[in-house]
Amino acid sequence: MTELIQQFINGLSLGSIYALIALGYTMIYGILRFINFAHGDVFMIGAFSGYYLAILFSFTTFTGGASVFMAVAILLASMVVCSILGFTIEKLAYKPLRNSPKLTILITAIGVSLFLEYAGQLVFGADPKSFPTLLENKQIMNIGGATVFSNSIVVIVVSAILMIILRLIVMRTKMGTAMRAVSFNHTVASLMGININRVISFTFILGSSLAAAAGILFGLNYPKIDPLIGIIYGLKAFVAAVLGGIGNILGAALGGMILGIVETFVSGYLSSTYRDAIAFGILIIILLFRPTGLLGKKEIEKV
Amino acid sequence: MKIKSIVLVSITLISISLLSLAFYSCGKGSGDVIKIGEFASLTGSEATFGINSDNGMKLAVEEINNAGGVLGKKIELITEDNQGKPNETQTVVQKLINRDKVVAILGEVASSRSKAAAPLCQQNKIPMITPASTNPEVTAIGDYIFRVCFIDPFQATVMSKFALNSMKVKKVALLIDQRNAYSTGLAESFKKTFVEMGGEIIEEQKYSAGDKDFKAQLTAIKYKNPEAVFIPGYYTDVGLIAIQAREIGINVPLFGGDGWESEKLTEGKAKDALEGCFFSTHLSMDDPSPLVQDFIKKYRTKFNKEPDAMSVLGYDAAMLMFDAIKRAGSTDGDKIRQELAKTKDFKSVSGNITINEQRNAVKPAVVLEIKDGKFKYKETIAP
Repeated sequence: MTELIQQFINGLSLGSIYALIALGYTMIYGILRFINFAHGDVFMIGAFSGYYLAILFSFTTFTGGASVFMAVAILLASMVVCSILGFTIEKLAYKPLRNSPKLTILITAIGVSLFLEYAGQLVFGADPKSFPTLLENKQIMNIGGATVFSNSIVVIVVSAILMIILRLIVMRTKMGTAMRAVSFNHTVASLMGININRVISFTFILGSSLAAAAGILFGLNYPKIDPLIGIIYGLKAFVAAVLGGIGNILGAALGGMILGIVETFVSGYLSSTYRDAIAFGILIIILLFRPTGLLGKKEIEKV
Repeated sequence: MKIKSIVLVSITLISISLLSLAFYSCGKGSGDVIKIGEFASLTGSEATFGINSDNGMKLAVEEINNAGGVLGKKIELITEDNQGKPNETQTVVQKLINRDKVVAILGEVASSRSKAAAPLCQQNKIPMITPASTNPEVTAIGDYIFRVCFIDPFQATVMSKFALNSMKVKKVALLIDQRNAYSTGLAESFKKTFVEMGGEIIEEQKYSAGDKDFKAQLTAIKYKNPEAVFIPGYYTDVGLIAIQAREIGINVPLFGGDGWESEKLTEGKAKDALEGCFFSTHLSMDDPSPLVQDFIKKYRTKFNKEPDAMSVLGYDAAMLMFDAIKRAGSTDGDKIRQELAKTKDFKSVSGNITINEQRNAVKPAVVLEIKDGKFKYKETIAP
């Protein structure tokens, strides 16, 4: 039983990271109807900006309240870095192609992704880097042998907070309303006086900053980062977004959690050899019965 | 239209002729030097393997050239980076053999990459020495393939003995890198010998190199209550595994093989997580033998950093190759091969090398303990 609890917590903290990345995929798909393959690499840049910011703020070990403050500062700073990156990518690579065939923009996205990966290897170096200790990892619970460490909880809680903020932005603000309008129909939205370019830029900024947060949380939990981590985590998050119903924010979060938990349970109880096979098998089965994903109904708001 | 196609054709012709010129100039000019090829993972995630063994080889080349070279000629080491990828390895080894016309090849540390290169060397009758690939299948590929290190079945015996006698553990769990020939081979041998010697394998879990999340496998291991966990992986993953093992609540020692050998193993949080863990390797830098201490001094002066076992094996592999060419009195592949096979009690930094019938070196292994992020000598186990 305690093993089950521990595996569940493992799965949740892995799933939270998938979910945060998946949100970016799903939002951009909702607005532009295209898969931004460079999104996984924005996540990687997020992790690396956290790494370099931590060195810049020059701390490796610390104690007490200041560390929480620093961790939050680094989290926010990386989110800003990635927002700028996401904004720039959209303006330079995707905006000029707004009216070209979907395939062109898709290929461009793959190009941007490869550019970030290999530029990353050039600039950061190809060898894995040890992510600095932003927060001390304390054991906070011990339920009959199931140890729970603070970082796993931090990942889950921070992800949840960010998702709630996102939900509020999308549902309660003027910009959120505009985003939802644009996701329904570009032309009609622009006829209503919505500045489409601003909405798209805002979506990229929002998605990229969530990817940055995922990068920092990843570094907190798995303190080894390299310029190619974006490939596999981007792919898994994309799968999570499809699983939950691409274009649907709640679906992305749900899909990420399901994928994380399934992967953990397959690795823990069967064999990690079949981890991806079973995870993707479940994806295929779900898509067979629900082609739009778990929550991907047409009526639900798309952003 | 016509002019366009004429221009296109002439551009193609010019570029082809330029290319062939480039190839031609590369192929010639091997009169006064002996070319030896090297392939190593200078970049990629296991870069310290390649960089450190490459430094060892460079040191050997410099020494032999200062001493007058081999057969009256200078040695030229042509190094190619395979980025730690098996398919890239085949490309660069092909290039070394066909374009650079090397007479012998040195490399690599990782068994999977040595296995990718060995068939090419065998086909082209180019003798190859791997400094540190311990998987038995590498030299089984053909009679042109040699190594200057021990093989995994021996390493498995060493760690089985060490676990039972020194660590005093009987119930061991395994965590294996399923996509790595070195890891699966070492794990198989360990399972066999450890059980034969009276130990018990109570759990076996797998991961793939490059994974970041090992908590699921580690949690499964934890609830089997092992007395120690054997992780025959590479340093790139072991640090992260150790950190997560401690988080999950596995507080027993972890131990592994020579794949752990790298200054990067104990980076960051892994330093505390690996405290008191053990691994077997080729030699200890604490070894008081003048050969070892002398090597460390030379290495420090040249590269301004500390050597590790991979540096020493790179140096030894190069020195053995030079010696074999000297003994053969020629750069003919077949003659070098025969001399390599005859090697007996060759004085090398990592201990005397005798090449056996399977073209493997018979040498003792040492076990190191990780203390405060440093590798401390624990004990030597002879074959």
